[in-house]
Amino acid sequence: MQRSMETPLKRVRGLGSAHAGTDHFWKQRATALAGIPLTIAFLVIVLSTVGKDFATVKATLAHPLVAILMLLFVLSSVIHMRIGMQVIIEDYVHEEGPKVLLLMLNTFFAIAVGLASAFAILKLAFGA
Amino acid sequence: MQGTPSLVGDLPHCGIAQVWVVKLSPDIELEEAMADSKLERARPLSPHLQIYKPAMTMVMSVFHRLTGVALYGGTLFLAAWLIAAAMGKGSFEAVQWVYGSLLGRLVLLGFSWALLHHMLGGIRHLIWDTGRGYGVSERALLARLTLIGSLVLTVLVWVAAYMVR
Repeated sequence: MQRSMETPLKRVRGLGSAHAGTDHFWKQRATALAGIPLTIAFLVIVLSTVGKDFATVKATLAHPLVAILMLLFVLSSVIHMRIGMQVIIEDYVHEEGPKVLLLMLNTFFAIAVGLASAFAILKLAFGA
Repeated sequence: MQGTPSLVGDLPHCGIAQVWVVKLSPDIELEEAMADSKLERARPLSPHLQIYKPAMTMVMSVFHRLTGVALYGGTLFLAAWLIAAAMGKGSFEAVQWVYGSLLGRLVLLGFSWALLHHMLGGIRHLIWDTGRGYGVSERALLARLTLIGSLVLTVLVWVAAYMVR
């Protein structure tokens, strides 16, 4: 018995009216879980550079393991923070124009910070 | 539902679901009210934060969001540090000097606490995602552990930082 206008296919897909389903919910949890070991790794890496001169810090950041962990940390963080800030914007900004603009700026910021950080890590890792 | 629509709402940051019933005055027809947006005035809003006596769990929920926002901005410090290192000795030493100044260290202290607090708060949320930890005493315990844990870990990180220096 059909209770709504929803087609069986639509119900099975489970994507809802925004066509994204639980995508954000799930990604936020996946990046949260990944963020735990990556945050610890990040703190250890930063701590190992405290008080060191440029050459030493550069050599540390250029180490493949360090560079990979830093890239993963940045990637996981910017995905996580983009979704988080989107939720905040959607909670507090209800006017359509400013909301869409802020959501777009949020995406730009996350991509810009992520790309800039990743580029710097790769440049250090592959040698300037 | 005509005349008395009931709204079911979640109160953000309180962890309580509340149900309340709205009675529109009988002379306002629902459709008419919608048409000239009188409904917007007739419709009560969910009571906001200032109505409630701050509870530990509520404050921690707010902290989780605030530390998230702080970390969002804080990524700029990480990006600046990495870019400076990628640019060369001069720019890296300039950034290191700024971060090593008193103000810089205070900001980094806040950044590290926000990071650790958000991480522990996130673990709390992941525990909730499994359906556990919703009891009154469990919630209070988790809230306390998050705050105390973040403060202790932050102190440990900074003790380590001063030791390796």
